This record gives sequence, structure tokens and C-alpha cells, in this order.
Amino acid sequence: MEKVIHRSNKSDLFKNHDYFGIDDLLTEEHKMIRDSVRTWVSKEVLPIIESCAEQNECPLHLYKQMGELGALGPSISAEYGGGGMDEITYGIIMQELERGDSGIRSMASVQGSLVMFPISKYGTEKQKSDYLPKLASGEIIGCFGLTEPDHGSNPGEMVTNIKDDGDAYILNGAKMWITNSPIADIAVVWAKDETNRIRGMVIEKGMKGFSAPKIEGKWSLRASITGELVFEDVRVPKENVFPDISGLKGPLSCLSKARYGISWGAIGAAMDCYDAALRYSQERIQFGRPIGQFQLTQKKLAEMITEITKAQLLVWRLGTLANQGKATPAQISMAKRNNVWIALQIAREARQIHGGMGITSEYPMMRHMMNLETVLTYEGTHDVHLLITGHDVTGLNAFS
Amino acid sequence: MNLLVCISKTPETTAKIAFKDENSSFDTDGVQFIMNPYDEWYALVRALELKEQHGGKVIAINVGDSSNDPVIRKALAIGADEAVRVDIEATSSFFVAKQVAEYAKSNDIDIVFTGKETIDYNGAEVGGMIAEMLEQPYFSFASHMDHDGSTATVTRDIEGGVEVAEINGKFVISAAKGLAEQRIPNMRGIMMAKRKPLNVIPAVEAEGNVKVLSYELPPVKGGITMVDADDMDKLVKLLHEEAKVL
Ligand SMILES: Cc1cc2nc3c(=O)[nH]c(=O)nc-3n(C[C@H](O)[C@H](O)[C@H](O)COP(=O)(O)OP(=O)(O)OC[C@H]3O[C@@H](n4cnc5c(N)ncnc54)[C@H](O)[C@@H]3O)c2cc1C
Repeated sequence: MEKVIHRSNKSDLFKNHDYFGIDDLLTEEHKMIRDSVRTWVSKEVLPIIESCAEQNECPLHLYKQMGELGALGPSISAEYGGGGMDEITYGIIMQELERGDSGIRSMASVQGSLVMFPISKYGTEKQKSDYLPKLASGEIIGCFGLTEPDHGSNPGEMVTNIKDDGDAYILNGAKMWITNSPIADIAVVWAKDETNRIRGMVIEKGMKGFSAPKIEGKWSLRASITGELVFEDVRVPKENVFPDISGLKGPLSCLSKARYGISWGAIGAAMDCYDAALRYSQERIQFGRPIGQFQLTQKKLAEMITEITKAQLLVWRLGTLANQGKATPAQISMAKRNNVWIALQIAREARQIHGGMGITSEYPMMRHMMNLETVLTYEGTHDVHLLITGHDVTGLNAFS
Repeated sequence: MNLLVCISKTPETTAKIAFKDENSSFDTDGVQFIMNPYDEWYALVRALELKEQHGGKVIAINVGDSSNDPVIRKALAIGADEAVRVDIEATSSFFVAKQVAEYAKSNDIDIVFTGKETIDYNGAEVGGMIAEMLEQPYFSFASHMDHDGSTATVTRDIEGGVEVAEINGKFVISAAKGLAEQRIPNMRGIMMAKRKPLNVIPAVEAEGNVKVLSYELPPVKGGITMVDADDMDKLVKLLHEEAKVL
């Protein structure tokens, strides 16, 4: 059955939520970029997103628009088609995209942080010039293969492997839960070589022995497509391999970048839920007065804006550190864990404030809430990030 | 073609409106400003399209102090080549029109664009005044314009229909919905805007002959009164005495 994406003409009533005047810490460009992405989300994402999510359909036409806007790889060097912008800009873009939908933000953060970033950092000159400009414009789509069916939180134990075969490597194995894999033109894949070191490489669609089946039945991130990567004796030319990086630090550096973006992104989803709940609490009358007048509703709203404000300050500081090259992976873990968690709590509370209406696609909370279950899990689960903080503060590793 | 686009800032549409100084001036405290949508979405974009088609340059002009710079930078980010700010408070339509007209005169401008109105004071005055001062034709509420480089064909919205007119030579046009489609500034445009010239120039003298005495908010919307369907007398009484429509 062909899916028809319905375009809603509901107007976007979202208002900026900046309780502590954090806007004063941003530059004029930051604010202009935020307004641009916000306007774009309002015009191009919100009218179709409920329909996309309902029908489990990824709005692929948005890739080129995001490319034109500059949302794909904003902090990648401009020389290769990136935006050459600072980390706060990157964060703000992720926040605004996720105000629309975590799936749309995932489309952009996989492309920028997990595909363009490793190619720009570890790739050869040829890899950079072959792929980066096309990825930046959205002409081609990329995906990132680290997780395996039997190795999620412990990617270091992956079994996908390459064997030397003269001018090429032979790649075997499988990756699981890969955002974009069924629609991707290229995949950045991590696999072990014969000395058991993790290496990164670019696999192109159409290589013999390579397939990318779709994973069906997701109740989360339904506007984003997820699949597997299956490699059966795929001949990978040696020039496709990243020359100088080996070990887990390759993929982990990409994850740091993407997690950083998620810590901003989650605030977008949280603000969208809070915004809806605040408005609804003033309009919905029960017992002769707006429900926002009841103390229990106020408690929910007050706690939501408090958590949003804390999260905003956290990422602003993290972004400032990142701009100076000083943000540590452990700091990024803390921000990702905290901000996704509060966003999920806010989605749930905001859903409650809407009563029965809250479970429908008239309002965004259910969709955000279901999406955030993925966001809580991917890029390191909620508990794994806790253990990273635990390791960092105690010096004792709970993983080994 | 030298194209001059008048841009002004207006309160963002959800801003709470209040007055100060005994209701004689708008209280801007806590108000967020945006570029007037008619200027941004229609006037500026149509000017950019003409430049892309026929060459030339697009200059954005604003009368006001430096707090207007973010709005001006946005015009540059959307694609204007340069911007001019006449450094003085915009006190009346006449005063603003005078500043723009003087600039247009001394800079060989072919077409002056304005929005059909600003969404705050809704005066729709500046365009007409500029045209008068420049002694040029004026097309207000334009919803379509073609230009072949020498002749323009303009469609104006008029009550209940449209008027199509042709013009050779310089003119002033005010942009209504339909003249162009909104362009969202992209990152590249925003970064480039930093390097484009924003020239601040002094005002020319113009009489500030208008003084606002007071503003008044529209009456607060009343609640709904439910009248029993059988009680016609009560309905008539309310319509007569309270609503005063009978
Ligand atoms: C929609 C979606 C998109 C994704 N996109 C990508 C992608 O593009 N690329 C990619 O490589 N991966 C992707 N992932 C995979 C994601 O990163 C993994 O799902 C995640 O790392 C968790 O791995 P797992 O699912 O195997 O869970 P497991 O690792 O099996 O974890 C199961 C549970 O055990 C807990 N657990 C595991 N180890 C410990 C421990 N040491 N101590 C305490 N608790 C522990 C976890 O916290 C979790 O609660 C995606 C996932 C989803 C759902």
C-alpha cells in the first residue's frame, strides 16, 4: 500500500523558553541561525511529522533542504562543504531540529557527526573530497555502523572483521540498529583487522556481498529509518579504509560528537512538550478554572521549566568548553544522560497535563516520548553513561 | 538595476502590547522584534530575484538606532548586498519617507521596495510618501511583478479584484502577499552577512510635524452570554441594551 503523507495546516504556536536570559550568552549569529532552523522546522517538518510518524515513513526530501540550510555537518570545515561553525551553533541546530522530531535530528546528526566527522578527521584527501561535499549538500546519505546484534553497549567486543587480500580487505559480519542504513549511499563501518584492532572504512552501496535490510516494527523514531548492515565477503578496496586511526577511540570520538549534539537536541523536544503543556494548562477549564491554576499542575510546569533551564545552562557551558577543545567525553556523557532523561520526564508530565487529548497526534508529547526512548538508549544507554560518570569520579571501572 | 528595499522591525506577533508616557508611546520593554514580514518575505525576496535575473545590487535601508542592526543583518543574510542605516529614531512615516527618498535620489535607485504595511502601526504610508517625494509612480499592494529589464508589469490587489499596470522607468512598489516566497536565511548567508557592509549614515533634516497624542488598546473581548433558545425577549433586550446593535 502506498503511503500518502498528509500535510497539516495547524499553526505553530511555539514560543521560545529562556527563563534565565541565556540568549544574552549567545551571539547575534547564533540567534539568527536558531531562528532560521526554527522557521524551517515550522514550515517543513511540523506540518508532516505526525503523518510521517504514524505511517512510519522517513521524509527523505528533507535531506537536500537540510543541506541547503547548512544543517548537515555545520562544524565541518567549509573547505569540504561544511559550515565551519562553532560547537554552540551545531548544538543550537540540533536543538531546533529535535524540537521538530528526534528522528529528523537523528537524520542530521548521523550525517554530520557520525559520517562527515570521521571522514573529515580520519579520511584521506581523496575520501574527503569524494564524499564530504555531497554529504553536506544532502545529495548522498550516510550511515554509521558500530553496534552489532550481539554487541551493543560493549562495541569493543565486535566480531565484524576484515582480512587482508592484496589490494583489498575482505569484510564479514553484521551491524544492527543502524540509522539510515536501508537508504544510505555510504556506510562508515568499524571492523576488526587480523591483529584485532578496530579500523574504520567507507563501504559503498552496491558493493558485492553488502546488503542493508530494514528493521520493521519500531514504535520509536518512526520518521527515521533503521536497518542492518550485512557483509558477506565484501571486497573493500584498501583506499576506502581510514589510514591512521585504530582502536575504539575512532568510533568513540564520533560518538562524543553526536552525544554532544543529542544533549542539545533533547532540550528541543523538552521545550516543545513544555510549551504545549503550558498553553494547554491556560486554556483547559475544569472545576470552573484553568487547570494551570491547580497547584499540582503548577508543580509539574514549574519543575519542567526548572529542568529545562538547568539543561540549557549545562549545554551552554559544555558548548563553550567544546569550542575551546576542552569538553571531556565524561562531561558529554553527563550532559547527554541528564538532558535526555529530563526531556523524557517532561514529555510524560506534559502528556498528563493534556489528559486524554495528550495521547493523540493532535499534540506532540506521545511522539516525543516514544522517540526519546530511543534517544535514551542509543549513543550509549542511560545506565552506561552513569557508569562513565561513575568511572570518572571514582577512578574505578565498572565495566571490567 | 539598483534596488532599494525598506526594512523595518516590528514586534513579534505574540508580543504583549503596552504603552507608557501616558499612553503616548509604545513600551518596548521585554518585547522581541522581528523584521516586518511584508518587507522580509515579499519585498526583499522579489528584489533579490530581480537582481538574480537582471544583475545589479540590492540595498536594504532602515531608519533607526543600532538596536535595529540584528534585523538589518538578517536582510543581509537573506541576500541583500549591502545595507544602510540612517542613524536616527524613526518618529513618523513622513520622517522615514524623507530619509529613504533622499538616499534613493543620491544613489540612483531604480526601484524602491517597501512592504504593503508594517504589522505594528499598519500605516501603509511610507511607500506612497517616498514615491511623492521622488516624483515617481507608486504601486501599492503589489501581489505580482514581472520585469524584463526595462518595462515592469505590476499586478495590484484592489478591492474585490486586481489591477494590472505597466511602467517604464523608475518607480516605488509596496509588496503584498504573493509577490514572492519567503526565503529562510541559511548558515552560509548568515556567515557571509558578517562581512557585508552595513553603512551608518546621518539623517537629513525633516520636519517632525506629527505628534502622537495617545494610543488605546482595543476593548477586551467579553465572555459569551448564553441565552435560552425560548427566551427571545431576553436576547432582544441584550442585543439592544448591551451589544447596542439593535
Ligand atoms: C532507533 C535506533 C537507532 C540506532 N542507530 C544506531 C546507529 O546509527 N549506529 C550504531 O552503531 N548503533 C545505533 N543504535 C544502537 C544503539 O547504540 C544501541 O542500541 C545501544 O548502544 C545499546 O545497545 P543494545 O541495544 O545492544 O543494548 P545492550 O547493550 O544489550 O543493553 C541492554 C541493557 O543492559 C544494560 N547494560 C549493558 N551493559 C551494562 C553494564 N555494563 N552495566 C549495567 N547495565 C548494562 C543497558 O544499559 C541496557 O539497559 C541505534 C539504536 C536504536 C534503537
